[in-house]
Amino acid sequence: MSLPDVALFLVLPLLMVSLLLTMVRFVIGPRMPDRIISIDMLATLGIGVIAVYAIGTNQPVILDATLVIALISFLGTVAFAYYLQRRG
Amino acid sequence: MPIKETITLVLMIVGIFFMAVGAVGLVRLPDLYMRMSATTKSATLGVGFMLVAAAVYFSELGTAIRVIATIAFLLLTAPVAAHMIGRAAYIRNVELWPNTRDELRGQYDLEREILAGSPPKLRDDLPRPVAKNTD
Repeated sequence: MSLPDVALFLVLPLLMVSLLLTMVRFVIGPRMPDRIISIDMLATLGIGVIAVYAIGTNQPVILDATLVIALISFLGTVAFAYYLQRRG
Repeated sequence: MPIKETITLVLMIVGIFFMAVGAVGLVRLPDLYMRMSATTKSATLGVGFMLVAAAVYFSELGTAIRVIATIAFLLLTAPVAAHMIGRAAYIRNVELWPNTRDELRGQYDLEREILAGSPPKLRDDLPRPVAKNTD
């Protein structure tokens, strides 16, 4: 079992389990901030998925997307926090 | 197995461990602030390991520079975002775990959203700058 196979068939499913757990918190999260931090976690896990997928398919070009996702996730989180603080 | 792939494998396993711990903590921990600690610290460390694994696996200069930029950006922004969410949640009275010792209780002026335990230096209390007569 070569390294790309390990990335695609072992690490990526574990990341999918983590994504499912995060979605559980997104659905049951009792208050608004729980959902916001689960969105933040989704973006972080998405960066991990992209990194593992780049290793698995041997395409380093995909890694460009991680920086964009990190930037947009930070902006979204700050906007949600501002909205939460103003509107309650 | 060559040494490069071994390093990549170890880094990837460590990264998925930390990210899975963060996801489990997000579901299992009792209140918002502890969940935020799980996602901010553990998941950011895990994704850093993943990106370093990608950089080691490709071992090109351009990929490594992109990975370093992404990790630096994540490490800079994750605490800022967590602090903003935690502050907004505390101001909006999101409930804490009952066994938490809330040392901030009573110290925080929730209406003006400033720390007010010690006598605060407000903008209104400071002496006004007096305009000097320069003539």
